Amino acid sequence: MGRFIARRLLQAIPVFFGATFIVFTMVYAIPGDPIRALNGERPISASAQQALRDRYNLDDTLLVQYGKYVGGIFRGDFGETFRGRPVAEILKEKFPVTARLALGAFIFEVILGLIAGILAGLRRGSFLDNLVLVSTTVVVAIPVFVLGFVAQLVFGLQLRLLPIAGIQHGWVSYVLPSMVLGSLALVYIARLTRTSLVENLRSDYIRTAEAKGLSRPRVVGRHALRNSLIPVVTYMGVDFGTLMGGAIITEGIFNIPGIGREVFLAIQSQEGAVVVGVVTAGILIFILMNMIVDVLYAVLDPRIRLA
Amino acid sequence: MPDRVPTPGNQPADEEELRPEDAMERAASGGIQAESALATAAALEGGPSEYQASLWKDAWRQLRKKPLFLIASSLLIVFILMALFPGLFTDQDPRACDLANSAGKPQEGHWFGFDIQGCDYFTRVVYGTRVSLIIGLLVIGVDVVIAIILGSIAGYYGGFWDGFIARIADIWFALPTVLGGIVFLNALGERGLLQVSFVLIFLQWPTLTRLMRSSVLSGKEMDYVQAARALGASDWRIMRSHILPNGIAPVIVYGTIAVGIIISAEAALSFLGVGLQLPAISWGLMISAAQNRILIHPHLLLFPALFLSILVLSFIILGDALRDALDPRLR
Repeated sequence: MGRFIARRLLQAIPVFFGATFIVFTMVYAIPGDPIRALNGERPISASAQQALRDRYNLDDTLLVQYGKYVGGIFRGDFGETFRGRPVAEILKEKFPVTARLALGAFIFEVILGLIAGILAGLRRGSFLDNLVLVSTTVVVAIPVFVLGFVAQLVFGLQLRLLPIAGIQHGWVSYVLPSMVLGSLALVYIARLTRTSLVENLRSDYIRTAEAKGLSRPRVVGRHALRNSLIPVVTYMGVDFGTLMGGAIITEGIFNIPGIGREVFLAIQSQEGAVVVGVVTAGILIFILMNMIVDVLYAVLDPRIRLA
Repeated sequence: MPDRVPTPGNQPADEEELRPEDAMERAASGGIQAESALATAAALEGGPSEYQASLWKDAWRQLRKKPLFLIASSLLIVFILMALFPGLFTDQDPRACDLANSAGKPQEGHWFGFDIQGCDYFTRVVYGTRVSLIIGLLVIGVDVVIAIILGSIAGYYGGFWDGFIARIADIWFALPTVLGGIVFLNALGERGLLQVSFVLIFLQWPTLTRLMRSSVLSGKEMDYVQAARALGASDWRIMRSHILPNGIAPVIVYGTIAVGIIISAEAALSFLGVGLQLPAISWGLMISAAQNRILIHPHLLLFPALFLSILVLSFIILGDALRDALDPRLR
């Protein structure tokens, strides 16, 4: 086990440097003089230009620039806004709101996804099974932002059931955005649970458990379901990336003052530093989450860690 | 996007996913099953080239009987016609607008109403099909070629190149589509069709390459490949006529679904303001422009959203149907 974790950590190192290098080159090392671009029409003095060049390390070679950039990330420095506010501060301030939204989405997708997946998997080919399959296909096809607007139109404006913007109504404000944000993962959790349950119900140890005379709920709950959830758990790591991308769109649509809306607004006001800073932080968290999930996978499934 | 979607290759128990009517089909197709088993057996005796023909021919025989496949492919044909010849569907100019009609409601002769500039909305929505389809097909087309080349090298030769390609793919895999798309496109000043496609090509290739690699890896161990090698066939020949024809099926299946995912991702990026830029005619941009007016003018949101969802859905259903038809083990 220890060896597996060590190997996985070692593998994450090149991924970390590779991914940050790609982001760095795409964002900071594009050809052209950024200072001249910053000037616009009015020329600024040579000394002011030099001060800017020093501040952004523009006279260094590409590798040194990258080194300073990664060093900054390690110290929690994700750049600053045009007004000089550190992006890390924004991240810290807005994080609780986004965390609440993500938690809501997570609860929604896991509970509903598992129920739908288990019901469909237990009665394969039934009406319910087909209903789950068809409805999930349709949900996958509708992009998150369309789903958000439709939810606003139907639940908020037509039925007037739920608040559609802001967070001033307490936890109720999070219901609709959480559902929209979690909808895509809900589909995959339901599908994965169904497929993996169907597969496991056919296996030998289930027949053995039934032959021993165990009750149906016990066979399904303790034997089949436990193994069926392994791929579902791993999916949740991958899902994290979707969740962050989705949060940018969902928070923008529902006006939730979290990290995602900050990115949404920064894109619209063309404040590149905020966009890049926040998204880079997101990518780092994504790499970390995937690593944790991989380790978790190995804990749950001996076939992986012994392979 | 759907951002990262579990694919047939990277999830262990995913083979059977996404099959709405498999049970019905199974019950109804007892006869077809026996027939196709015979065809497969006959083809195996006849050698690799005939097997290839019969895999796809067999798949076609299956597909033609599936109502969902027929619906999805006819919808796609309509969309392709819209992209190629928008003039067939509307005789108006999407850029000829009269401000007097600004945000006009749907009415006779203008079934989708008018947008905020007073342009006929149906015409705009029809013309919007083109960029979505081009980006979806271009991105996946290039990525499938990359996947076939890199996946075959990694899967067939293994060793150093396998490790090298896998590490590079790992790095790109760490960039989620929407987040990566935002960072890269934000850095590009001018964002047209080519720039957006280019970024999406880079973000999507690892998934398809991994799929191709695992497919080649399992194909390599087949008895008929060993037999070909024993007969002295070259690597190139083994790959071209034995491994590729069988190994490419999962890539085609997932690629079809991924076209839908890419179209959806492009719309999301354009909606966010880092994708295509005005004056391009794109569904994402239309929805973005409609977002502050959904209470008063819901039609501005609903029509492009409907077209977008139906196009994505068609690709997903087509991919599902192809998966059922191309994998004889699932029958």
